[in-house]
Amino acid sequence: MEETKGTTVETKGIDQTVYEKIQEIKTSTNRPYYAKMKDIGKMFVRDRIKYLVDEDSFEVEDGLFARCKEEDFLPGDAVVTLVAKINGKPVAIIANDMTIKAGTWGKKTIEKIIRMQELAEKRKIPLIYMIDSAGSRLNEQFETFTDRRHAGKIFYNTARMSGVIPQIALVFGPSPAGSAYLPALCDFVVMVNKNASVYLGSPRMAAMATGEKVSMEEMGGARMHNQVSGLGDMLVETETEALDAAKKYLGYFPQNWMKTPELIDSKPPIGGKKIEELVPENQRIPMNMYPFIENIVDENSFFEFKKLYAKEMITGFCRIGGRSVGIVANQSKVKGGVIFPESAEKAAHFISLCDAYNIPLLFLVDLPGFMVGSKVEKEAIIRRGARMLSTVANATVPRIALIVRKAYGAGYVVMSGASMQPDACIALPQAQPAIMGPEAAVNAMYYNKIQSIEDPAERQKFIQEQREKYNDDINVWSPASEFYIDDVVPGDRLRKDLIQRFELYSQNRDILEGKAHKKTLVRRG
Amino acid sequence: MEVLSNMAGNVWKITVKPGDQVTEGQDVVILESMKMEIPISAEVSGIVDEITVNEGDFVNDGDVVIKLK
Repeated sequence: MEETKGTTVETKGIDQTVYEKIQEIKTSTNRPYYAKMKDIGKMFVRDRIKYLVDEDSFEVEDGLFARCKEEDFLPGDAVVTLVAKINGKPVAIIANDMTIKAGTWGKKTIEKIIRMQELAEKRKIPLIYMIDSAGSRLNEQFETFTDRRHAGKIFYNTARMSGVIPQIALVFGPSPAGSAYLPALCDFVVMVNKNASVYLGSPRMAAMATGEKVSMEEMGGARMHNQVSGLGDMLVETETEALDAAKKYLGYFPQNWMKTPELIDSKPPIGGKKIEELVPENQRIPMNMYPFIENIVDENSFFEFKKLYAKEMITGFCRIGGRSVGIVANQSKVKGGVIFPESAEKAAHFISLCDAYNIPLLFLVDLPGFMVGSKVEKEAIIRRGARMLSTVANATVPRIALIVRKAYGAGYVVMSGASMQPDACIALPQAQPAIMGPEAAVNAMYYNKIQSIEDPAERQKFIQEQREKYNDDINVWSPASEFYIDDVVPGDRLRKDLIQRFELYSQNRDILEGKAHKKTLVRRG
Repeated sequence: MEVLSNMAGNVWKITVKPGDQVTEGQDVVILESMKMEIPISAEVSGIVDEITVNEGDFVNDGDVVIKLK
């Protein structure tokens, strides 16, 4: 375009008018809101895309000229929709442009979004939403709300494509009211601290409707959604971190539900303490699961999912011997690793996600069971726990349960214990699978007898004897000897064993899938 | 600043006393719940002003165990 400077209207070719129009649509200059955005660390929409996609990527963009006529000029109608390459593979991108009408959804915005969704579904390629929008454009509501191809169709498509193509939401700014459902229907939601906000009713609307006084941050801030509501799966401080996260996340995934993730070169784990030293024998003492995970996964490959939510349950992607694997692990350092309604739901979300995209699962089991008490019963621990159980039972990806230490009660079952028919249920020598721990079991079996012994010393002696007897049963050699569990693996052989088993259980999976292929909905709640 | 219990359980051990300086992330109380030791840690640094529970007490999720200044 520079080379044509100074040319007169008379000599300008028709192609040139197209380039000028493109320039006018794509530029961030003369956009008053852009200066304000920069001050709070926000990038221009096209700079975000440029940062994310491969340097030599192709770009196929449709709808660039939507609303380009002078009397109706709104560049791109406040959204950029294109396909470009990330990690060498095509990915569809739908990105709000905050500099035009505050990124609101107008009559062509919606049509552009729907068209790009349809293209992504047809081509079976992942879809990234870059969200930064004030919601519906109210003065165009008649042309955007009621028809079959109006705003609701966007959510319909997102919901229907769940489990078909990976869908990621990067929330850079507001996503209010109806548009709040868009991230809620995606598989993976990244939110930028302080700038992202997702809510059905704004603080102003809440004040009008109910009188509640609440700040934007409390109502729908990124931190709240990551720690409390569970709508956010990752909290980042900057936009580039969010874009890096999307790229890294996609690296663990296939392009769609019919493919398997790429096998890459294996890297040895980070090293450090031996597994034997990381696993305390005393089951009462909490054990930090993070160094244990680092000990078995390829170096720097662990990518945590929902890190700030229900921390007693760790979920994340990794590579083991170059293979993409999803880890579901109990963290006994937080709340004893007990399963709460939130932890069950977090696990169910993650398991459905791995199952949908053919990512094998590894369960690391160290828990005393589900939480008890009236509080969690009211919070529907049975119903929400059952959802986790159902998700595990219906998962068709290769599944290995490793009993690290204790594995009591229904906790053992939902963590893909042997009765959940995993490809393998193996144990470390420190493992203790049982319906309950020795204290609770002895108390339950001999309650009357214990009460009837009057001498306190005698009573204690009896309890101790019974506990030791019970301990014999739940010591790892009893279930191993009965072949209830498939193998007992010494810590220093564990990684090698996992690599071999995952390779084995991945054999002919695609042929089996041909017969028993089913779509898995990714459900976050 | 208050340190809250994050789950229901019995207070097994109190590991600080009034006047102690505690740092963010330090365990101040250990609960016994679900046959596990559950450490409760301070979310901010401060000086222990008051211990609001005794060893052996039942605490619920969200109860104050220690006040910091």
